[in-house]
Amino acid sequence: MQAHEKITAAIKSANDAGQTALVPFITAGYPEPKDFINTLREIAQIGDVVEIGIPFSDPMADGMTIQRSSFEALKKGVSLKWIFDELAGARGTIDAPLVMMSYLNPLLAFGFDALAERALACGVYAFIVPDLPYEESADLRAALKARGLGLIQLVTPATPDERLRVLCSESRGFVYAVTITGITGGDAGLPADLATYLDKVADISSLPVCAGFGIRAAGDVGSVGAHAAGAIVGSALVEVLEKGESGAEFLAGLRSA
Amino acid sequence: MSSILQASERQALLEASIRGELPDEHGRFGPFGGRYIPETLVPAFERLDAGIKAHLHEDSFQAEFRRELREWVGRPTALSFAPRLSERWGAKVWLKREDLAHTGAHKINNAIGQALLAKRLGAKRVIAETGAGQHGVASAAACARVGLPCSVYMGAVDIVRQAPNVDRMRRLGAEVVAVETGDKTLRAAIDEALRAWVSDPNGIYYILGSAVGAHPYPYLVRELQSVIGQEARQQMLDQAGCLPDAAFACVGGGSNAIGLFYPLLGDDIELIGVEAGGIGDGLGENAATLATGTPGVLQGTYTIILQDDDGQVQETQSISAGLDYSGVGPEHALLQAIGRVSYISASDNDALDALGELCETEGILTALETSHAYAAAREWAKSNPGKKILIGNSGRGDKDMPTLTKFPAKVRHYAGA
Repeated sequence: MQAHEKITAAIKSANDAGQTALVPFITAGYPEPKDFINTLREIAQIGDVVEIGIPFSDPMADGMTIQRSSFEALKKGVSLKWIFDELAGARGTIDAPLVMMSYLNPLLAFGFDALAERALACGVYAFIVPDLPYEESADLRAALKARGLGLIQLVTPATPDERLRVLCSESRGFVYAVTITGITGGDAGLPADLATYLDKVADISSLPVCAGFGIRAAGDVGSVGAHAAGAIVGSALVEVLEKGESGAEFLAGLRSA
Repeated sequence: MSSILQASERQALLEASIRGELPDEHGRFGPFGGRYIPETLVPAFERLDAGIKAHLHEDSFQAEFRRELREWVGRPTALSFAPRLSERWGAKVWLKREDLAHTGAHKINNAIGQALLAKRLGAKRVIAETGAGQHGVASAAACARVGLPCSVYMGAVDIVRQAPNVDRMRRLGAEVVAVETGDKTLRAAIDEALRAWVSDPNGIYYILGSAVGAHPYPYLVRELQSVIGQEARQQMLDQAGCLPDAAFACVGGGSNAIGLFYPLLGDDIELIGVEAGGIGDGLGENAATLATGTPGVLQGTYTIILQDDDGQVQETQSISAGLDYSGVGPEHALLQAIGRVSYISASDNDALDALGELCETEGILTALETSHAYAAAREWAKSNPGKKILIGNSGRGDKDMPTLTKFPAKVRHYAGA
């Protein structure tokens, strides 16, 4: 089994148990670097796959919550090296396969080969890179592929059908279906034609489809769950954590409905 | 994506550059450039790309663009010989007077060109970012001219530094959106404009103001700004009877510099771009991106950027809002890598001093951005006596009065040198 297939398997296993897979997102080291591993452990007990956000100085696809968490984590000294060191120390104690979400530049600075090597050793099996369109991704995909890791492709409601087919077939782990035309953390609600769009992506993709952006409540998980294999919960969870509340309880609440 | 080029590659890229073959079909200037954008924007960029191919060099667009440049912008702008500055420097100095263009800087060339393009592409509204406010004012004016609503994203720090321009934008009918995130300057304003675009990729046209960002912007902005160098070259031949030995332009994102340099690449002219040296050489003390930066991806393009070892983009410092940017256009990164243009920096203090000297010798209040080019040219003239120097006088300094009033004028009376 390739490492990225463990991501796919974790989502399918949730679906087989009759559940929508939950993919929680946290910004690494936010709100407090010292709590990173404990928070991750707790969240990984509920989440089927956990997405770890690498802070970046210019998060251009993110709304206020992720921007705030990113800038604060950077101020507190969080870096990709630190994150890998923390993960290496916690190896074997985290109950879900991990995905890293990072803008391209911190990955370039780290070096793609070193990145793939350390990621594999830390249980990170795939990457999501929101400012790296497929056309520019050959170098990173090659480095990841050499270690069995995957690059998860994002698709959006604006993606034309022909391109959608390419992105679905080139994605690894799962296909990330952005629910809205916008940035993360919006509170405008999910669009009315979401079901049609998710059904289309699910129909084209042979991988599980996970929907993200704007998923804040159990009802949202229910709506996307009817048409997608998984739900990605980012800004809403980060807001819970920054209030000092329990991320695991919040996630369990999303699932209970 | 290695930026280390072999000598043979450098020569081939220089020749391709002079022949006008760059960027390539992937938006690359050699190793630099490309398109690093969120998936949501990919269709919008493809539409822009197709729109540029269909319209930009087509006769009716060019006729309309040239007419607007002539009848509304006031082109061609003058080429001024600077006799008293020449005498002081021991050189012969000519100034390409973009300060005389409508709204007071070269930014208008790009803004009106893109506003005309937006109209042809059926945009419902326009967004723009601004640092010094010049591109914001130019975009506001151009949108009023073509009849499109315009929102300008501007960092909160710049709104304070450039208060007169904020009022100008509003009077020209634009909405000015204060950006309170990130470094609250140009970089944050671009991030926020991109976020707005992501939220409405079909209705919005984004007039990017410099030769930065994802392909096709660096190409589009260069094509629209090249009128500076085309005119200057012909005016030198007509007025001076020869081309200059050296040409200087200030570089923030690099739109006025690429506009001046691009038509001169094939000539035997030393080309020198001048970045903001700020208050010192340390990371965060300047905006001398090409002089001190390293390759990376910022705001859609692979170029030289100011970053730390972890790839986090660093904040910059400069007295001039228009140069205060952590990246630089990818074509400048190439021109440096192949050795065709050299990039140096001038400090805040040297720029202020040069600004005063130009005021007193030639009666021209130039922009703080532009003053950096004068400071570097003056130094160059010291070691190259008697040479012919062309300076891109990219904008006028009226907008800098709030900053300049903090530095009382040293009336030095350069008369009768």
